[in-house]
Amino acid sequence: MVKSVIYSIKSPYRQSMDIVGYTFGDGENPEKSCCIIGALRGTEIQQMAICAQLVDALKRLETKGCIAKNKSVTVIPCANYYSMNIGKRLWTMDNTDINRMFPGYDSGETTQRIADGLFKGIKDYVYGIQMTSFYLEGEFLPHAKIMEIEDPKVTGKGIGENLADFGLPYGLIRKPRPYDTATLNYNWQIWGCRAFSLFTTYTERIGAKSAQTAANAVLRFLIANGILNHSLHKGSHTRVLNEDEIRHVHTRGAGIIKKRVSVGDEVGEGDLLCEIMHPLEGNIIDRIISPIDGTVFFSYDKQLVMERTDIFKIIPFGL
Amino acid sequence: MIKTVSTAALPVTENLIIQKNRVENNAGGKRVCIVTGTHGDELEGQYVCARLAKLLSDEKRKLSGTVDIYPALNPLGIDSIIRGFPMFNLDMNRIFPGSSSGSLAEAAAHDIISDIEGADMCVDIHSSNIFLREIPQVRISEQTEKELLPYALKLNADLVWIHAAATVLESTLAHTLNARGVKTLVVEMGVGMRITSDYCEQLLTGILNLLRELGVWSGEAGEARNPVISKDRSVGFVNSDAAGIFIPKTVHGSYVKSGEVIGSVLDPLTGVVVEDALSPCDGLLFTLREYPVVFGGSLLARIMGVERDG
Repeated sequence: MVKSVIYSIKSPYRQSMDIVGYTFGDGENPEKSCCIIGALRGTEIQQMAICAQLVDALKRLETKGCIAKNKSVTVIPCANYYSMNIGKRLWTMDNTDINRMFPGYDSGETTQRIADGLFKGIKDYVYGIQMTSFYLEGEFLPHAKIMEIEDPKVTGKGIGENLADFGLPYGLIRKPRPYDTATLNYNWQIWGCRAFSLFTTYTERIGAKSAQTAANAVLRFLIANGILNHSLHKGSHTRVLNEDEIRHVHTRGAGIIKKRVSVGDEVGEGDLLCEIMHPLEGNIIDRIISPIDGTVFFSYDKQLVMERTDIFKIIPFGL
Repeated sequence: MIKTVSTAALPVTENLIIQKNRVENNAGGKRVCIVTGTHGDELEGQYVCARLAKLLSDEKRKLSGTVDIYPALNPLGIDSIIRGFPMFNLDMNRIFPGSSSGSLAEAAAHDIISDIEGADMCVDIHSSNIFLREIPQVRISEQTEKELLPYALKLNADLVWIHAAATVLESTLAHTLNARGVKTLVVEMGVGMRITSDYCEQLLTGILNLLRELGVWSGEAGEARNPVISKDRSVGFVNSDAAGIFIPKTVHGSYVKSGEVIGSVLDPLTGVVVEDALSPCDGLLFTLREYPVVFGGSLLARIMGVERDG
């Protein structure tokens, strides 16, 4: 294992922030096979912890000679611990999002420079895996996602291919929207890297089971693509679908949520998903019913809810 | 007349309400929308809207058409000094055109676009953030230059910045409206969390000029100044390479020479100057850092490459 500083930035009042990468595999000029990146935001603690778990696992596997010849894997657990150490999601000073600054700019603003420094260090990998979080606070079923980009270097292989290599129950294909074009994954793909986002159940807290599921999914991916010689159970059958096939369920009223289902539950059309309680008077003001038969894929996890909040996402059965 | 553009229930008792003030005389005339408050930390537009609403209401007989004034597209953000849309971790100016079936923020964006759609002209007023101070400027994209520049010149700005298109900007209010046939000018001026009344009065004159040009206003407007236009000019960016506190040594809005010291970055512990920020070209210092603490990469200044008149 080689530990190296991918990019470093100075603050006037703190020690410098060094973005550290751990690279596994030997041989002269091995292929840059796969880069795995954890937290770009200060709240992505689960994402960092999964990477830490991977560093630990890969250290042991490398000692046993399990990294394939002329292949290499780099893990970057945390690219924004300045924010993490003070409990902020976005950049400490100006609240910008590093994951909206790619491919970066070396003469630009601070987060553009961080994105640039990081991207220069990781853009040439064959595969990229980003542990990421959703902008709404909630729980997801673990899944892998790839953006559908019209670039023959990337899509020539079949956009959904490789999603099953993670052995997770779901693999999603997303059509990028304008605001996606400054994310790491979009730019990785533009650069010719086959890039995936891995969503786990939690963000700010560590779910031991889902963290293990994600770490195993990455190891499984490395095995499936000839980067790691190791044996691991094959995981789940992966159902690949377009993101827009997922049914979103919104609240119609606002108040306190009383949930009746959890992430992973199978629900039937007409089943009660949750009730909304009047926050001051305690009566039930709305009952949210499942519009379809399916599996609860995302569940909003705050106690208070506004009108029109995306409270559940349900994957329909049988597509 | 106060109208509700979008409303949605918040968890405990209150509603999010986005409002506009419609000032109208001769409803068959043109409709112009003045919008601001997309970012909760940008307040310059608040004073412009307040001044305009009062002035037009007091002299409605000089109006021939409709002026819709939207002072707060993100009222929760302004009320709580949060730049983005509270609870959503989103920049509201990256979610247009929104969606009627989307989340609360997206539905609000959809309602705003639906309300403005069909207008003849829109002016979207932004301040800078808390870090930078900007001279009054109109920003238009290269794609819309031909159509929008004549109107931009009416706004009494000091600068018209014609910038390259970027995919990420396709989800802004201005891009969405321009794509839907509503000529939309973006104004940027001042600094975040403050009101610079001189700039607000300058823009107010400009808006009245624009209204006169469109035949919506027959009252006094004052002369619009000739702005510097960025076309075929270079923009010099000065970013800090060091970390420390930035002390400006030039006046915002002045003309600087290539190599001139714009300001210095000091180490607060030792007082040593760790970097002198130099102008990369002769020109107009249109952006100057306001917030003193800087990291490597912090933007300190922008200079529009231009010789001083006379």
